[in-house]
Amino acid sequence: MTQAPLPKAHVRCQLNGQPVEFLADQHMSLLEVLREVLDLTGTKEGCNDGNCGACTVSMDGRIVDSCLVLAPEVDGRTIETIEGMAPPGGLHPLQRSFLEEAALQCGICTPGFLISAKALLEREPDADEHRIRHWLAGNLCRCTGYDKIVRAVLRAETAMAPKAAAGRTRRKKSA
Amino acid sequence: MTSKTGSKKSESKKTGAERKFRVVGTRPIRHDGWDKVLGRAVFGADIKLPGLVHGAVLRSPYAHARIVKIDLSKAEAAPGVLAVMTGADMPIAASKVLDLGEEVTNAVFASDRVMARTKAVYKGHPVAAVAAVDHNVALEALRLIEVSYEVLPHVVTIEQAMAPGAPLVHDDLVGSDIGERVEHTNVADHIRYEVGDPEAAFAEAATIVELECRVSRAHQGYIEPQNATALWHQDGKLTVWTSTQGSFSQRNSLSSVLMMPASSIKVVPMEIGGGFGGKIGIYLEPLAAILSRKCGHPVKLVMERRDVFDATGPGPGGIIRVKMGVDAHGVITAATADIRYGAGAYPGASINPAAVCVFACYRVPNARIDAYDVVINLSKTAAYRAPGSPQASFATETVVDEICRRIGMDPAEFRLLNATRGGDRRTDGPTFPRIGNVETVEAIRGSAHYRAKLGRASSPTKKRGRGMASGYWQGIGNKSTVTINVNNDGVVSLIEGSADIGGTRTSIAMQAAEILGIAAEDVHPAVVDTDSIGYTDLTAGSRTTYATGAAAIQAAEQVVEEMKKRAALVWETDEANVRFADGVFTNGAAKNQHLTFKELCGKLDTTGGHVSTTGVVNIRGSGGGSFATHLVDVEVDTDTGKVEILRYTAAQDAGKAVHPAYVEGQMEGGAVQGIGWALNEEYVVGDDGVMQNATFLDYRMPTSLDVPMIDTIIVEVPNERHPFGVRGIGETCIVPPMPAISNALRDALGVRLTELPMKPGRIMAALQAQAGP
Amino acid sequence: MHPFRYVAAGSIDEAVAVLREHGARARPLAGGTDILAQLRAGRFELDALVDVKGVPEASALRLGRDGLDIGAAVPCYRIYEDPDVSAAYPGIVDAASLIGGIQIQSRATIGGNLCNAAPSADSIGPLIVHAAAVTLAGPAGTRTVPVDSFCTAPGRTVLGEDELAVSIHVPRPPARFGAAYERFIPRNEMDIAVVGVACAVVLDRSGERIESARIALASVGPTPIVAAKAAASLVGGPPSADAFRAAGEVAADEASPIDDMRGTIGHRRDLVRVLTRRTLERAVQRASGGTASGNTGRGTR
Repeated sequence: MTQAPLPKAHVRCQLNGQPVEFLADQHMSLLEVLREVLDLTGTKEGCNDGNCGACTVSMDGRIVDSCLVLAPEVDGRTIETIEGMAPPGGLHPLQRSFLEEAALQCGICTPGFLISAKALLEREPDADEHRIRHWLAGNLCRCTGYDKIVRAVLRAETAMAPKAAAGRTRRKKSA
Repeated sequence: MTSKTGSKKSESKKTGAERKFRVVGTRPIRHDGWDKVLGRAVFGADIKLPGLVHGAVLRSPYAHARIVKIDLSKAEAAPGVLAVMTGADMPIAASKVLDLGEEVTNAVFASDRVMARTKAVYKGHPVAAVAAVDHNVALEALRLIEVSYEVLPHVVTIEQAMAPGAPLVHDDLVGSDIGERVEHTNVADHIRYEVGDPEAAFAEAATIVELECRVSRAHQGYIEPQNATALWHQDGKLTVWTSTQGSFSQRNSLSSVLMMPASSIKVVPMEIGGGFGGKIGIYLEPLAAILSRKCGHPVKLVMERRDVFDATGPGPGGIIRVKMGVDAHGVITAATADIRYGAGAYPGASINPAAVCVFACYRVPNARIDAYDVVINLSKTAAYRAPGSPQASFATETVVDEICRRIGMDPAEFRLLNATRGGDRRTDGPTFPRIGNVETVEAIRGSAHYRAKLGRASSPTKKRGRGMASGYWQGIGNKSTVTINVNNDGVVSLIEGSADIGGTRTSIAMQAAEILGIAAEDVHPAVVDTDSIGYTDLTAGSRTTYATGAAAIQAAEQVVEEMKKRAALVWETDEANVRFADGVFTNGAAKNQHLTFKELCGKLDTTGGHVSTTGVVNIRGSGGGSFATHLVDVEVDTDTGKVEILRYTAAQDAGKAVHPAYVEGQMEGGAVQGIGWALNEEYVVGDDGVMQNATFLDYRMPTSLDVPMIDTIIVEVPNERHPFGVRGIGETCIVPPMPAISNALRDALGVRLTELPMKPGRIMAALQAQAGP
Repeated sequence: MHPFRYVAAGSIDEAVAVLREHGARARPLAGGTDILAQLRAGRFELDALVDVKGVPEASALRLGRDGLDIGAAVPCYRIYEDPDVSAAYPGIVDAASLIGGIQIQSRATIGGNLCNAAPSADSIGPLIVHAAAVTLAGPAGTRTVPVDSFCTAPGRTVLGEDELAVSIHVPRPPARFGAAYERFIPRNEMDIAVVGVACAVVLDRSGERIESARIALASVGPTPIVAAKAAASLVGGPPSADAFRAAGEVAADEASPIDDMRGTIGHRRDLVRVLTRRTLERAVQRASGGTASGNTGRGTR
């Protein structure tokens, strides 16, 4: 510790729909910034090496493990975390279906699963069971055995289907 | 992977007389659910406090090494470092048995385990800790601590530890060999249970099968690492915020290790990200406390994943030999078991529960069970979901399957013929009360899965098989406290001390709601700290919904009694005239006088003030425990050894399922944890005594893509010891998967896998051995 | 973790200047999925990380007449989500779509996978059979190295301390070309190859004879192994099951696996046999105009 400390990085980004500005050590991860600097502790740390998905956030519309993103890298980016998922006073349909299907037990992996599942349904609103399992494989859950999580995502698909399609056979996604 | 999807209702098998339930058996949204899906729930690592500083722990890189010297001077002088501690800062704990419910240890061992004093006995053993202004400064300061070690020879397998002349993990360990004192040993304990004359019975048996099975130690794999935040107050009191399965057992452990009165310690249970038995013991809490005492700040410690694998307690690995004999009709006449578990660096490898469970599913008139608790230079094992049962039952259930093949009997028929029933003696002594063993086998035999054809394999190199296995966990009862405060608006607050790891706020609140005749949503549960509720044992041993539920029922019944008095005051009638049913108080002495629970709550202030009651229970035993039977279909690629789980059905006795969705959730989660242990999960320990696969990348827990939907059948054989018949169900579900899969592989391939995990390379080696040179 | 500077380079020259300044104590940062985990695990320490995602040449994915240029900082998803690339470079797309999970694929790059030089790297074999070459930039300018001679040992490459990988050029495959990559992992996703096999074949006009073939093996040696003899055994012969099986036997001999926590020597040789056969079947199907590329979470994986 002989050398002078490095200057902090000055970062501006969009976070959950709001412009945010912060200072962080240059070696800090986005996960550390969210939890320690911005007090957004809904994003969880499970392994800190990209193998559990508990820290999943959306960056410019794609899901990433926030433990593997450096704080200065998010300058100018758009980040969405679990804290920004629900409309004010309400729940996102996935959050509701997770509750209705009892898709969480301890709840530590839940924010990561919700962010991942949301990204899937935004791309593929008709994803089948296999596709859901494939997409969510980067998120580990040790309590549920995944059964109820997969059911919750399928249930949210139904809830999120366009009203026009209600009562009719649902639109099949073109190949 | 083709499983049925859509909204799920598990099949339910009911047995016996039924009480009519209004709330129990329904599926309300859990009370803590909104906070958890919104990211608001505060888990251990999420806590923020004024003046909070961060710590880090220096750990031994060696499995066994004497600590010659520790030089802290550079670390202490580093900018931003607030406190540094070593084993020299730990009080000398007095020898005292710590019975934590599912885990029993000695305070001396617990103290030495959290911070080494003279020697490190496992890789990852803490040797020093630092508190600093931020986490990275603390981590960097660790690199300035100079430790000189004298590396000692280590033992990491049971064979190494039991070999003559083996290096001793503890020079002063005194072992017990069936009550005989043994010095200079790594075998901390050898226990024996015996009934009848097994040798004579074997001599007359028509068929005998004996297998030696090997089981790797396996980690609970909770996603949330251990954490602790402590503030040592200037007045000598201590507050600890931690993710723990039991705040009171945590307080007891801390009291013994820090040598301070339990009443001076307040443990605040945070939301807990999984435990499965692994978050009963103390790890970081005493270190955070001592660092806080030294620096005057609250100190937070959070483990890294590598340390969770290296230095917390997984379930023990073991070598289990089971021999079983049957007569010409397939009736079991004798069985013996030799169970050896690697406890890790301190005694306590759940050998007693192993002995309880190993033959619990079967009537065994002549039996002997030997079990050995062996210390090795790996982290001390801990409880892991039905601690001790899965390893031992793996041997029993594979032996049973071999017997069925040998004598040509259907495995369900064999189980029905030999299953223990109420009134039978468990091999270790006690007599079973009413239990649901037979019923789970019948449930599987009656399932659509059992009747379905296995179907043709998806390619010529693949083979399919089906396997069945049963399992048992006895569970515990013990102490719980619940306070109910009745509010004027008809909503009640339910205060409890049970950590909620998987929805128990709701399953306990539902039991109170059932008694009070109100909706589950009108009970507001809160899990509070050790200063704010009466003593409550840990969330483990499948006890919480059962025992804390019973306390909630008791508190609710007291509320009803008090409320009857209030109704009598309102109606100016004798209390004996007031009846209460389905949430409505009626005056038996007058027509049309009735008040709902809520209406009467509105009159509390004018009838003597608020109502507050407390239920206190100390229940002996679980009421018989819970049995399960699982059925699995596998497909094996004989080119690669890879196993796919095609279909899985789990049947288990829940006594009475309070919240069926969370009962299913336990059964599904336990099955998948078992699938992981069966196929891939293991500690790969190198010759250096270091675990090589200490990441979630290489400790291969199942992903969502590795498993199918898990079909569940909830069997309900009421528990005579619980007012609603509830049984604890959280643990049994991890017992059957490993043998069920071994049995399915036997069916598919004609070879018997006796070693866990049954990983692809091992399956290929077995196939090649079968094919011959 | 030892504190380091984060430098976002806007050009090759800027990046090279930082690498020159710090020597071995600086490294380029692309997706970061390997290097950040390694830094945290204390495998090494750095004084600076140079983010090359802002370097235009490193972030371009260009499909031209002469082939495909994959900037070293292009994340996997951009490769497999591009339908034209998927159609023309099936072996590379197979690899890009099975590294890590979806989160990792948002960040991880083929360039990073190559420079990390793990023996188990999923993308290196496919690059080799696609005859790819990597362009390196340093103080003395740029140079191009064929991928099959890029790795020198586990975690080691020909890259100098002050050099960085800028982009990877994959020549346009000839007509009747097919390639495939398969790996064996114990789980179905989020795992490291116990063995990986990449194959490429070119069929003759009749489609009944193999004109040329390349085979590369992962996780069975200190570096990716080019199974030249196995490939040569196929040339001139029919794309038959027997030929594939024979090639698998030869490839198993060319492998030099070790026992480690992820697999045994024996199991790995078995897997080389099996995966060589299976990968050749898929490569030939693709050369004949069949089967799409990419990882759907089904198959050997």
